[in-house]
Amino acid sequence: MIPTEQYVLRLYVTGMTPRSTRAIKCVRDVCEQHLMGQYDLEIIDVYQTPSRLVQDQIVAIPTLVKCTPAPIRLMVGDMSNRERLLTGLGLPLDD
Amino acid sequence: MLATDFMITNHRSEIAKAPTGIPGLDEITHGGLPAGRPTLLAGGPGSGKTLLGVSFLVEGAQRFNEPGVLLTFEEKVDELATDVRSLGYDLHKLCEEKKLLIDYVHVDRAEIEETGEYDLEGLFVRLEHAIKEIGAKRVMLDTIETLFGGLKDTGILRAELRRLFRWLRDRGMTAIITAERGENQFTRQGLEEYVTDAVISLDHRVEDQISTRRIRIVKYRGSTHGTNEYPFLIGRDGINVLPVTSLLLEHDAPAERISTGLPALDGMLGGKGFYRASTVLLTGTAGTGKTTLSAHFVDAACARGEKCLYFLFEESPQQMMRNMASAGIHLKRWVDKGLLTFHAERPNKHGLENHLLEMHHAVETVDPDVVVVDPITNLMTVGSNADVRSMLTRLIDFLKTRGVTAMFASLTSSTQVAETTEALISSLMDSWVLVAADTEGNRRSRKLYVLKSRGMQHSDEVRHFMFTSHGIELLPSEDKTEGAVTVAGRTGKAGRSPARARKGK
Repeated sequence: MIPTEQYVLRLYVTGMTPRSTRAIKCVRDVCEQHLMGQYDLEIIDVYQTPSRLVQDQIVAIPTLVKCTPAPIRLMVGDMSNRERLLTGLGLPLDD
Repeated sequence: MLATDFMITNHRSEIAKAPTGIPGLDEITHGGLPAGRPTLLAGGPGSGKTLLGVSFLVEGAQRFNEPGVLLTFEEKVDELATDVRSLGYDLHKLCEEKKLLIDYVHVDRAEIEETGEYDLEGLFVRLEHAIKEIGAKRVMLDTIETLFGGLKDTGILRAELRRLFRWLRDRGMTAIITAERGENQFTRQGLEEYVTDAVISLDHRVEDQISTRRIRIVKYRGSTHGTNEYPFLIGRDGINVLPVTSLLLEHDAPAERISTGLPALDGMLGGKGFYRASTVLLTGTAGTGKTTLSAHFVDAACARGEKCLYFLFEESPQQMMRNMASAGIHLKRWVDKGLLTFHAERPNKHGLENHLLEMHHAVETVDPDVVVVDPITNLMTVGSNADVRSMLTRLIDFLKTRGVTAMFASLTSSTQVAETTEALISSLMDSWVLVAADTEGNRRSRKLYVLKSRGMQHSDEVRHFMFTSHGIELLPSEDKTEGAVTVAGRTGKAGRSPARARKGK
């Protein structure tokens, strides 16, 4: 399956903690591999812009929000579980 | 621990408290919730947790200059605002004035995929941001347990909640954390393990088809507190915990006397009548003239220009006034002048606590000098003996503190010995007048006597009386020793020395 729609993703992290760094790396890897040229990933440090947490209903950190395509999904955790991350993004699992 | 014992016995060394502003709650907590610490508020669904918590925030913002943050996990801001509008709270306005900040936290498991380790730093940052935004001193989390429904990793959740409560303490937030009552433990998620400063339990139950809400301070570290279950009400003025004023016996005992409305009865009471701000019990079987005696009392008070509030639990005001007019006591003129107010209600309409609140409310509105409750007996059918007694105690204390003279008519059944049936309430009364009827020959003969009257000389004589076209008339005293003498003359102040009354038969 080749996704055609543009992916809008927001990743909420807390500075450069190991958990956040790990999450950023995992999300980038998946995007590069599955969504080359088709995604828009914004990384938000909640300490810098706390007000943004409310609009996406963020409680847990890290959280990746898939804004589009619908449905909206929240991937919570350091994204080390690649299978769950792919499921959440609606992408086919690796072979 | 020694230190703790010392704190419990010495009021002055008690921890700092943040008043809730909720009538009654600050009395039973001796000043409010522990300032700068979290308090757990546990109760079943519909027990009033949210309303109590919101009252705490609103009162804090409006009266104590302590802005508050509410993290609501279940209700949206608009729903919440609608719910508390009936209590007279305008949440939107408070939010605009930056005295209140409400953040609706929505966590939906269906939308969430858990992909590894996480923490709740997002929640912490939101809360911190909100606190800074308005300079909050108070926080309410309602109901944070909802997170357990949204996130699966309970290990993480528990560790983070523990961290959150510690975090709130470190920031000196006076916080209310609401929780659902659990079946096997106090709260469903065992939050009582984490919040250890103060625990309050709310309860809503229905007995004999009458619903009662109750509040209990389960635990309050470093402070004394009332330990009973106290009824509370959610009324039009917000939350009210009863008793409002029943913990202290500090009311004044004025020496002023007021007339019973019958000069002859005044004569039996040391020539001057009852003490002002005292309580009078009037007992007798049906048709002996209790209401008529009460009417005389009220008539005299209104004639002096005093305000009277008459609680009727059996008749309508119109019926009662008609009956009294036929006995020559015209009460309607006092109603027209605004001196006499009737408050008529069926006793079974509410639970006892609601009655007490209604009565409090009426007394506060009318601000009377004299109150009559006719008959108090009808209220007794609404609750158990203990409930009635505690309700009456609270009512009497309330009236005494306001300097109100109160008369309670009580109906006794003819098969009971009058003086023992009243054991329940008589000790709360300063004066006690008994009326009775006998059949002598072919007519009913009525008589009355003063069974007790604290702090004054009173007659021991049983006096016959008649109903005439101008009310009750006492027949001449048969007592040869003139001047209404008791066996032992007693003086003093009403309500202080419970001088034992001896009955003259």
